[in-house]
Amino acid sequence: MNIHEYQAKELFELFGVATSQGSLATTCEEVKNIISTFSSQEVVLKAQIHAGGRGRGIFKDGFSGGVHVLKSMEEALEVAQRMLQNILVTNQTGPEGRLVEKLLVAQSVDIVQEFYLAILLDRNKEAPVIVVSREGGVDIESVAHRAPEAIRRETIHPLFGLQAYQSRSLAHCLGFRGKQLLQASTLITNLYRLFIELECMMVEVNPLVLTSSGEVLALDAKLSFDESALFRHPKIASMRDFSEEDPREVAASSAGLNYVGLDGNIACLVNGAGLAMATMDIIKHYGGEPANFLDIGGGASQEQIKEAFNILSKDPKVKVILVNIFGGIMHCDLIAEGIISAFNTSKLTIPLVVRLEGTNVEKGKKLLQESSLALHTAHDLREAAMRAKELAC
Amino acid sequence: MSILVDKNTRLLVQGITGKAGAFHTRACCDYGTRVVAGVTPGRGGDFFEKSIPIFDTVSQAREETGCNATMIFVPAALAADAILEAAQAGIELIVCITEGIPVHDMMRVKKILAQSPAKKSTLIGPNCPGIITPGVCKIGIMPAYIHQQGSIGVVSRSGTLTYEAVWQLSSRGLGQSTCLGIGGDPIHGITHQDALRLFNDDPATEAIIMIGEIGGSEEEEAALWARAECRKPIVAFIAGTTAPQGRRMGHAGAIIQQGSGTAQEKKEALLAAGIAVAQSPADIATTLLPLLGKN
Repeated sequence: MNIHEYQAKELFELFGVATSQGSLATTCEEVKNIISTFSSQEVVLKAQIHAGGRGRGIFKDGFSGGVHVLKSMEEALEVAQRMLQNILVTNQTGPEGRLVEKLLVAQSVDIVQEFYLAILLDRNKEAPVIVVSREGGVDIESVAHRAPEAIRRETIHPLFGLQAYQSRSLAHCLGFRGKQLLQASTLITNLYRLFIELECMMVEVNPLVLTSSGEVLALDAKLSFDESALFRHPKIASMRDFSEEDPREVAASSAGLNYVGLDGNIACLVNGAGLAMATMDIIKHYGGEPANFLDIGGGASQEQIKEAFNILSKDPKVKVILVNIFGGIMHCDLIAEGIISAFNTSKLTIPLVVRLEGTNVEKGKKLLQESSLALHTAHDLREAAMRAKELAC
Repeated sequence: MSILVDKNTRLLVQGITGKAGAFHTRACCDYGTRVVAGVTPGRGGDFFEKSIPIFDTVSQAREETGCNATMIFVPAALAADAILEAAQAGIELIVCITEGIPVHDMMRVKKILAQSPAKKSTLIGPNCPGIITPGVCKIGIMPAYIHQQGSIGVVSRSGTLTYEAVWQLSSRGLGQSTCLGIGGDPIHGITHQDALRLFNDDPATEAIIMIGEIGGSEEEEAALWARAECRKPIVAFIAGTTAPQGRRMGHAGAIIQQGSGTAQEKKEALLAAGIAVAQSPADIATTLLPLLGKN
């Protein structure tokens, strides 16, 4: 799960990670109030949408840029007026763009130098790794490619935690000396505390900056959280912005289903993530195009199965639904009942190809046969994929 | 012969009184697995189905029943604790079925398991279907009837996709020595490479099926090891060729991050190591047949 930059700023303040002054505005009135609390009127306005590439984005009415640095209150209000309730298109939003309803209003800072700082959970090392680079404000991947020696990685032992000397050594590596080294190492220590206490998957500060007044600040941040841990972080869970997500995925996740939308016309409903991926792969292998990934999990209820069919059948591109169930925890007769009840209540008109195998498979097949529904049953995965392909053409 | 579980396995079930725990304990018993104890804190002294003693702690269960393996069905929030309790009690094989354990929990669990005395325990999972030696011992949630005794070892990061592969094998008369799911989480117990090593050393295993998926680099590491060390034929399948970048595909660990962990890069590493790669999930068994000298 990702959050907005203004929310990251709030968390930084909570954990003592030095950042520029700023807060959220949804109206010009609020923009004005925030600026009037600043010591200088030079401000940055940033559109709060999850998609990247905001700076180079273009609004639907032709106004350019989702990030602006402005010299006065008047300029700021004029620009805020144009950004709010306008639709921003960036290289990550797709052509439909995103409605900008929130602006981050931050005090502009005079940057002397930019750095990169991130903490991530390294799955190979099974430990947090802190990554720093003297080249900040740019894409870290390109730095890693072009000048790998400019990047330093420090692995942290999960049981002992970050040691103070490690923070100092990382700060030193970024070129900080004396009092600034202490400032930077405190920032790193507090950021690590945030990473651990809030169970993040990644915290990326890009850029970390040194200002002309000698402060070390985390200017822009991306935080992502472990969804499996959100049950113990209700405050973070409440920061989730559903308007930033694919509505089909939101509906699926509130029904406890795992759905990822794709562009094809063959929908699939599968139990188990690996089999769901493999089902997409075999659709493609036989020349079809998968419309989605959908894992209904190990213990899906009839209600969940009904909801799954609802989500799939609402997608106008979908021409056929392939149901592929291999029952372990999931019983095939339960799936069969779910299919029958979904058919009867929502009057599905999309053709269905069903392949069942596993626990209670005979019961399940019998239920489907007795239901006299017009569906195609397939004996194995290959036959199911080929049948779905035929029906989608 | 087999790997990790055999006729001497004496199973404990942690979370035996929960709905899923009870259902699958029954299924394991029906298969012939010797389930000797259960643990549900607060229910010590009770019996499961009037015959299997329930204890409050794993140590107690270990002392009184000599259990040497455990199957964990404890809810995600408490599962890390259950793994540590089992390791502390000296249980040799810990099979954790639970899905959705916070990854920071697993990170700490793994570091503790790397130290003695927990070092003696082998962890399978979490977020896995378990392990089965057909005809002998089943620990987990896999449908038993699809398996057959035989000489093919199966290791997989997925549950249902493993059943698919096993089904293809059994319906062609190819039985299995042992089948295990290593789990779909980014941080988990035994790896593909560990499993290949065990199968390579198991005289009852003639060939190996390895089922991987996008995310991480375990398949690549296993391929490197196999190239140098493995004497037995391996067929691999990698799920997620069509998965988009940056999206988690159901399993917490199935994600292509910054262009790495793709199915393509895994397939190339496997092929480079001389491992046969099934191009479609329906061709897993048929890709193996010629390697066994069969059609």
